[in-house]
Amino acid sequence: MIRVVLPGHLRALARVGSEVQLQIEGPVTQRSVLDALEAQYPMLRGTIRDHVTQERRPFLRFFACSEDYSLEPPDTPFPEAIASGAEPLLIIGAIAGG
Amino acid sequence: MSGVRLLVGTRKGAFVLTSDGKRQKWDVSGPHFAGWEIYHLKGSPVNPNRVYASQTSGWFGQIIQRSDDGGKTWIQPGTPPGEKSAEQQGPPKGESNKFVYDTSAETGKPLTTHQFYDGKQHPWEFKRVWHIEPSLTDPDTVYAGVEDAALFRSTDGGKNWKELAGLRGHGTGPRWQPGAGGMCLHTIILDPKDPKRIYIAISAAGAFRTDDGGKTWRPINKGLYSQYIPEPTAEVGHCVHHVAMNPSRPNVLFMQKHWDVMRSDNAGDSWKEVSGDLPTDFGFVIDVHAHDPETIYVVPIKSDGEHFPPDGKLRVYRSKTGGNEWEALTKGLPQKDCYVNVLRDAMSVDSLDKCGVYFGTTGGQVYGSADAGDSWTPIVEHLPAVLSVEVQTLS
Repeated sequence: MIRVVLPGHLRALARVGSEVQLQIEGPVTQRSVLDALEAQYPMLRGTIRDHVTQERRPFLRFFACSEDYSLEPPDTPFPEAIASGAEPLLIIGAIAGG
Repeated sequence: MSGVRLLVGTRKGAFVLTSDGKRQKWDVSGPHFAGWEIYHLKGSPVNPNRVYASQTSGWFGQIIQRSDDGGKTWIQPGTPPGEKSAEQQGPPKGESNKFVYDTSAETGKPLTTHQFYDGKQHPWEFKRVWHIEPSLTDPDTVYAGVEDAALFRSTDGGKNWKELAGLRGHGTGPRWQPGAGGMCLHTIILDPKDPKRIYIAISAAGAFRTDDGGKTWRPINKGLYSQYIPEPTAEVGHCVHHVAMNPSRPNVLFMQKHWDVMRSDNAGDSWKEVSGDLPTDFGFVIDVHAHDPETIYVVPIKSDGEHFPPDGKLRVYRSKTGGNEWEALTKGLPQKDCYVNVLRDAMSVDSLDKCGVYFGTTGGQVYGSADAGDSWTPIVEHLPAVLSVEVQTLS
C-alpha cells in the first residue's frame, strides 16, 4: 500500500487522518498516486492539481524520501521506498500567506 | 416566531449568526471551513435551509459547499463525505468545483483573452467564485459569478456547473480588464418579475443585462463617467463595485461605482449620478431598504488610495429620497480611530418590520441595526476580515 500524508486542510476536506493508504497497480508515479487518491477521495479533485490541465497547483509540493519531486514529469517513478510503503509521500502546502 | 440568520464569509472561515425577530441576542456558530477564504454564502429563497458557500484558497483552489440544514452541516455537492467514487456507479463525483470556460461554437463566440494590466491580451483563467446567487424559484438552480469574469449556472444543486457563455461572447469581452481585486463577476441580480432578466456586474467592465435567460447580453453602462479610463464614457471598462435592487421595483437599480453613486430608473438603460451631498462618493457596498424602495444605504470610503472611512468615523449614509440627499447614521458606530473597510458584498437587509440592516468590516466586526439604520450594535467584533454578509429572514 502507498502511504500519502496530506496537508491539514485537505485532511479536513476528505475527513481523514494524518495519513491515507492507496492501492496502486503498476508504476508508482505522481500521476498514478494522484489518480488513485482522487478516485478514493473525489472531494479532493481539483485541489492538488488543476481540474482541466492536471497541473500541480503552484503552492503545493511533493516530497518523497526527503527529495522534492514537484518539478519532475508526472510519470517519473517515485523511489522504491514509496512504492513499497516504507516511506510516505508528503504533499505539502507552501509556507506563505497570512 | 420570526427570526434572522446572518451568513458571514470571512478571510478565515464562515460564521452563521442567528437571532429571533427582536434581533437583540445572537448565537454565533463557526468558524466553518476554518482557515479557508469564504467569499460568499447565500441561502435559497425557496428553501432557506439550502445554503451555498464559496470556499477558496490560494493553495487548494475552489470548493463549493452546500448545506441542507441552514448551515449546521455541509457537503460538497454530489460528493458526500466517505463516499468513494471508485466504488460507485453513475456520474463522476468531485465535479462541484469544476468551472470550465465554454468556448464551443454552439454556445457563443469562442473567447479566450481579455485585456490585462499591461494593456495586452491575456488568457481567461479561473481563480475563484466571488458570488453565489440561488434561483428565486428552484433550490437546485444556482448561479456563480467567478474570477476571471464569467457567469456559471448549476441546475443540480451545485454538482455540476456550466458557463452562460453568451456573456463573455457578446462582443466586448476582449476590452474587459481586471480591477485591483482581480477581474471578478461580483454581482448577480435576478429579476423577480421577469424570470428571463438577469443583471450582473464586473470589475472592471461594468454592468450587463440579459432579457432571454442568459443567452444574449448587452452592456448597460450609459451615463457612467469614469475619468480614470481612456474614454470616460466608454461602453465597457467601468469599475462597478456593486449594484442593488428592491424586488418590488426591479427596474430601479442603484450602483456604487469606484467613484460615484448612481441610479437607473429603466433597468440600466441609462444611469444618473445621485452622490449628492455624500462626504465622498467612493465606496463598495450599496443596498436598498426592504420595504421602502427609495431608501438606500452606502458606506462612504475616503478614496481609492485610502480604503477607510473619512476622519476615522464609521458612518453609514442613508438616503430616503432615492439618492442626492443623504444623512449620516452614526449611533452605535465608532466615531474615532476607525480605519476599516466595508467590502462590496458585506451589507444586507432583512425583511422584518422595521427593516434590519447589517454590514461587516475588514476589522472583523459585524454591525446590525434593527431600526432601519437609526442605531447600530456590534453583533460580533473580532472575526477575521469580513468578505460578505447575507441575511435570511426566517418565519
